[in-house]
This record gives sequence, C-alpha cells and structure tokens, in this order.
Amino acid sequence: MSSLARTPVMFGLGFLLLLLGLWRVDASPLRLIEGAQKLGWLVVLMWPPSAGGALTELLAALAETVAMAFLGTLLAVVVALPLCFLGAGNIVTNTLTRFTVRRTYDGLRGIDSLVWALIFVSAVGMGPFAGILALAVPDIGLLAKVFSEALESADRRQVEGVRAGGGSRLHAIRFGLIPQVAPVMLSQTLYTFESNTRSATILGVVGAGGIGLALGDRIRLNNWDEAAFIVLLILVTVAVIDSLSRRIRLRLIRA
Amino acid sequence: MSATAQAVEARWRRERSAGRRRTLAWSLAFAAAVSVAAVVGQVDVARLLAGLPRAADYITRTIPTLRWDHLAQDLAEWMWGFDLWLELLLDTVLIAYAGTVLGGGAALLMSFAASATLAPSWAVAVSRRLLEFARTVPTLVFALIFVYAFGLGPLAGLLAIALHSFGALGKLFAEVHENADLHSVEAVRAAGGSWAEAMRFGVLPQSLPGLLSFGLLRFEINVREASVLGIVGAGGIGEELYLSVRQFEYPDISAIILLILLTVTLIDALTTRLRHRILGAESLRPA
Repeated sequence: MSSLARTPVMFGLGFLLLLLGLWRVDASPLRLIEGAQKLGWLVVLMWPPSAGGALTELLAALAETVAMAFLGTLLAVVVALPLCFLGAGNIVTNTLTRFTVRRTYDGLRGIDSLVWALIFVSAVGMGPFAGILALAVPDIGLLAKVFSEALESADRRQVEGVRAGGGSRLHAIRFGLIPQVAPVMLSQTLYTFESNTRSATILGVVGAGGIGLALGDRIRLNNWDEAAFIVLLILVTVAVIDSLSRRIRLRLIRA
Repeated sequence: MSATAQAVEARWRRERSAGRRRTLAWSLAFAAAVSVAAVVGQVDVARLLAGLPRAADYITRTIPTLRWDHLAQDLAEWMWGFDLWLELLLDTVLIAYAGTVLGGGAALLMSFAASATLAPSWAVAVSRRLLEFARTVPTLVFALIFVYAFGLGPLAGLLAIALHSFGALGKLFAEVHENADLHSVEAVRAAGGSWAEAMRFGVLPQSLPGLLSFGLLRFEINVREASVLGIVGAGGIGEELYLSVRQFEYPDISAIILLILLTVTLIDALTTRLRHRILGAESLRPA
C-alpha cells in the first residue's frame, strides 16, 4: 500500500518542481505569447529558404563538417584503442586502477563537445582543427569505455582454443579475440560518427569550423531565409550520413 | 589428389582471394575517405604538432595552485565564485528538468499517434515526421532562434530543450507503446471505451515504466546540454564558463568545469538509481 500512496506524492513533487523551474526562468504568459508571436514572424521570414547566392560556400562548409566528424571519430578510435585495455576487468585486475581509469573516461564524456570546442578554439585557434579535437575528447572517453566492455564480454574459450591448438599469443589475439570484439567496436564507432556529425554542425557557433559558423552568422544578421536553408541542409546531411552508416553497420554485422 | 579435394581446394582459394579483394577495397575506400577528409578539414600535420603543446600548455594554466599547507585558503581562492556558480548550476539542472518534463509531456501526447500498432497510418506518418524534425535540429540551433524570439535568458534554453526532447522522447515513447500488449486495448474498447480511454487505461499502464526510464535518461542528457546553452545566451552555467574562457581566467575554467562534472556525475548516479527502482518495480508486477 505504501508504495501506491507514494506515487501521487512523487508526481505532485515533480509538478511543483516544474512550477519552480517555470517561475525561475520567468515564463510568464505574457512573455510566452509575445515570444510566440515573434517566433511566428521568424517562421514567415524563413519562407522561402534561400541560399543567398552562397551555395558553393555552404556546401564546402558542410563538407568540412562531415570531415571534422570523420577525423574526430578516427582520432578518438586511435587513442581509445590502447586505452580500453586499461579499463577492462579481465586485463587490469587491480580494482583501484580500473576504477580510476573508468572515472576518467566518464569525466571526458561528462563535458559536452561544445565546451571542449570553446576551450580548443582559445587554445589552438579558430578552425576545423579545434573542432576535430573537441569532438575527439569526449569520444575517447565513450569509446574507451565501450571498447573495454566489449573486451570484458569476449569469450575466453576461443582465445584458449587457439592457444591450445598451438597458436602464438599473436595468433590468439588475431583469431581468438579480434573476431569477437571487432564487430562491436566497428558498429559503436559508426554510431559515434553519426552522433559526431550532429554535434559538428553546431561547433562553428563558437568558431570551431563547419557549417555552424555560417548558421550563427545568418541568425545574428537576421537573414532568416538563409538560416532556414542552412538548417535544411543540416537535416539532409544528417539523414544521408545516418542511412549510409546504417547500411555499413548492417553489412558489418552480417559479414 | 581426388577430384573432390581439388574442387574444395579451388573453391577455398577463390573464396580467400575474394575475401582479400574485399578487404583491399574497403581499405582503399577508407584511405581515400581519410585523405579527402584531411584535405577538406584542413588538417596540417605541422599545425597539429604545433597545436598539441599549445593545448597542453592551456590545460596546465587552468590547473590551480593548491599547496598542502594553505589548502583551505587556496581552495577558497580557486572557488571564489562558488555561490554564484552553485546558483547557476541549480538553474541549469532546473532548466533541464523543466525542459524534460514539458518535452516529455508533449511527447507522451504525440506518441500514441506515432505508434504503428495504435493509430491509423496517416497519423503515424505525420507525427513521425514532426518528431523527426524536432529531434534532428540540434538543441543549440533551437536555442539560437528562441533567444531571438523570447529574449536572452533561461526561458529560451528551457524551450529549446523541451522541443528537442519532444522529438527524441516521442520516438522512444512510440516504440514503447508498440511493444505493449494489445489485448487490454481491445478490452477497454469492448467495454465501450473511446480511443483516448483505451490509450489511457489499456496502453499507458503497460508503458509507464519504460516511459519514465527513457525520461530519466533524457534528463541526464539534458543536464549536459543545458550546461552549454549559456554560450549562446540561453541561461545556466554556460554563460559564466563562456565569460571565463573569453577573458582567459584560467583557474575559473577548471573550477567551473569541475563543478559541471560533479553535477553531471551526481545526476547520473541519482537517475540510475531511480531507473533501477522503476524497472525493478516493473519486474515485480504481476504479469
């Protein structure tokens, strides 16, 4: 009975918290209505979307966005591969080391790539290079963690089987371990690439390369039709990358 | 050697060379992709090598001076803005919470229409497109637009988070509904209930644990997102972080990032526990 009685109380508290939040951000009906009207105007201004004569420039920025996502993912994989051995329980048996390593991975993931972009722009200058680093850092944490989990869940018997059949340690890794973990790692990498493509579209807002710079500029200059065009370009790119990556993933899993 | 053995041998060779050709083709495609990306992304190895020490130097500068004998004093100096930062962090969490609840509420209303098993196909198509749009436009882009419409401040951030969560949660909620057992829907309909009543009493009780669990996961993500919205003026701790990066207040950067990390970790731990309780309660329910 007590748990049944607790549920409405929990929902009531949740609702109160929502009201507190709305009060805190000053969401008065007047402000909301005024804002909605202004938003309506913006939507009118956005139609029809137009490239504003800069189509080639925008497409180049879009290509840069995808390139950033790709290289960021690649960099993250290259760094995460050696790191993942440190986080795997069946390789590093010292609990304290493993705990520290895993918390470090969590820490890298806990900060959004936009914050890293902000920092790297100010550390290495504006441009796609800062964006690549900003995408790679949180992904290193994510991939190192997922890769260690893949290693942990690998079946020992296949490795032992190769060893028992007279294979060297290298053979055991090549034929016993890699076939088990490679599909998981590759498909996780492709997921990361998809998610990086989404993230990369906005990094330009803080100067870290890609289409975001153009988008931020258009919004600041009130060129709403061009902003709408860029948003549509982003949507199409994300859809294309998603479907490409899904097809590669399916082939990998079947292979 | 017998003919069969020869055939097997030939087949094996063919398979192996086909496999090698495939690997070669994939490797070439990969190498081509890397070089194209490197050209388009303006990657310059010399610049990269020059940039890495600068990045390392930047990070070293953010490390505060903490000495054992004046630890309390040094900590106080490092965390000089703690009260303000804590307030902004609480704001950030509150923005994320309110955004998740509002977006989740809207997503719940839309999700029944987006479940292929529960709604006519035209409704599914329309609502799915809408959800897809809300989910694919990044939160920051919504925030940029809303800052313009609703003015600078956390309201724009809250609405941006709500809209993006609506898209992300609506899809997941619809998938949860699709997994629900339809017999209870039929039962409600047979007893004379309307479509809405069938959803409320037939589907919702089955989906609720799944919905809450996805909602909590989204809340976790939204706390991270809310922490950066301040960069475009949409409220929360991001504004302070942006200022400290722009003004090269190195120790402030590390202090704020540490506080964001602690908050995110705390929220993660909390939601994980809540989710386990919800899903645990689910498995205890009579089937």
